[in-house]
Amino acid sequence: MRNIRLIKNEIGVLIMKTLAGGIVLLLVVMGIGLFLRSRGLVSSRSIGELLFATQWRPSRGEFAYFAFIVGTLEVTVYALIPAVPFALCTAIYLSEYANKRTLAFFKSIIDILASIPSVIFGLWGVLVIVPLVKQSEAFFTGGMGTGYSLLSAALVLAVMILPFIIHIILAVLQSISLSLREAALSLGATQWQTIKKVVLRRALPGIIAACGLGLARAFGETMAVMMVAGNIAQLPLSPFEPVYTLPALIANNYGEMFSIPLYDSALMFAAFILFVVVLFFNVISWLVLNRVKRRV
Amino acid sequence: MDSRKKTMLLKEKIIKNCMCFCAFFLAGLLVFIIVVILAKGLPALQLSMLVQTPKGGFYTGGEGGILNAIAGSLCIAVGATVIAFFIGIPIVLFINVHAKKHSILAGGIRFTFNVLWGIPSIVYGAFGFTCMVFLGLKASLLAGIMVIALIEIPILARAVDEVLQHVPAELSSAAAGLGATNGEVAWKVIIRQVTPGIITAVLLAFSRGIGDAAAVLFTAGFSDYLPESLLQPVATLPLAIFFQLGSPFPRVQNRAYASALVLTIMVLLISVAARYFSKKLSRHRIENI
Repeated sequence: MRNIRLIKNEIGVLIMKTLAGGIVLLLVVMGIGLFLRSRGLVSSRSIGELLFATQWRPSRGEFAYFAFIVGTLEVTVYALIPAVPFALCTAIYLSEYANKRTLAFFKSIIDILASIPSVIFGLWGVLVIVPLVKQSEAFFTGGMGTGYSLLSAALVLAVMILPFIIHIILAVLQSISLSLREAALSLGATQWQTIKKVVLRRALPGIIAACGLGLARAFGETMAVMMVAGNIAQLPLSPFEPVYTLPALIANNYGEMFSIPLYDSALMFAAFILFVVVLFFNVISWLVLNRVKRRV
Repeated sequence: MDSRKKTMLLKEKIIKNCMCFCAFFLAGLLVFIIVVILAKGLPALQLSMLVQTPKGGFYTGGEGGILNAIAGSLCIAVGATVIAFFIGIPIVLFINVHAKKHSILAGGIRFTFNVLWGIPSIVYGAFGFTCMVFLGLKASLLAGIMVIALIEIPILARAVDEVLQHVPAELSSAAAGLGATNGEVAWKVIIRQVTPGIITAVLLAFSRGIGDAAAVLFTAGFSDYLPESLLQPVATLPLAIFFQLGSPFPRVQNRAYASALVLTIMVLLISVAARYFSKKLSRHRIENI
């Protein structure tokens, strides 16, 4: 009888180990798979040409990602500029000032906001943000743009990554031990002084890591950005001009992927760029966050 | 001295109120989004939309409904969640019960989950597409389920892992002391402790699966018919919203708003249910021994 139980246990461990190994392998396979699919394009052109030339004309066999990479970066940075301070303030309020019930209430708010699908955010952007941006463009510059622009995409994106950044900063702030705060308070520091000089200083690496994760998330966001960004491959000179991001490029053109030679590997290369950038920021940020957690 | 103290206290108050304002602004934002979707979707929503599949000329303003998309989304999300459950739960139990808590193995798997969690769904979609080309598959329900399952595994695993870390260590010690093997500790003792957490995690993963659009774009395709076979393409609700919104016909656009309302209500209901279960079922939990 005992043997059967032990054998069962052994088999269970074997299955679990296989599954765990599979998950770790998945990351590697994903990178290799995307790279192999894009090899057709990469082997025929130099990396410098692909990344820095500006002409995107698939029908003539000209593929260059510069406008898309810059567009994605611009949207991401524009989104982070309002989102990070706002998220930081909210997280500080929730962890330092709010009582337990308020905290629980806002935690559900954040969870619900995070669970809204990106298509819904996109629709909200089309209905609210785009007309708003259009009017403010007419008001400030007298331009007659459509409102589908870099600014619209950044604003929608900012709202989308807010719950995500708040969640991580809140976890970082809550992991800082209470005794540190008590020590500062007992020395006569006010609450804000404690937050500024003790809590935030201690949490700084974690907050930067949270921004890195937010950046990665914003970099890969597809549907909502695609719906409001205008999708014209150019280097936007003003925030009111349309922009085309890498994820939108992939999602918009998957249909005609096989109609033009090398087009499919060009789109897969775009996915590979995305994968590498997002992986880089994720790995760095989680290394920092794990370190922060261990130190406390 | 006194006036300095006053300005200091004033500063405290102003800062606190600013931060408080940010938090309530966030809540306002959520309400605003839901109100906009409600205001646009409710007038356009008709019962006939929910029980019909698209008829001829649906995308130019003809008759029909979005039942194909609702059914397709549910099929994909249910299938994916089941697969994610049977892959995610054993791994999480493994790193919490079998592996030593702070071993390199457990840490490495956790790290992988964290990184996988951050990979955007369009990359999953592109990867799924790569695999499909490799295997010679076409866009189908099966491919959609597989890709969404990959997206859901880290979501589910991270949520369950969070709960498992709060299970008191004495519990597994006690079970092990009675002669239980590691497997029995994991599957007969620990898992009962975290059932509410698992249900919440499953619902969370499910709602993420139902709302994802970028990955199913490549892998599940689109279809005007109800899903019948695993190897046929299926429609999904987010894509239905997206395609209808791109139409120049006001009637079709209105239907996009209504479809968005349906999706939002589904996601909100799942969210509320998750909260309810995690409260209701946690009554029988052993907090501390």
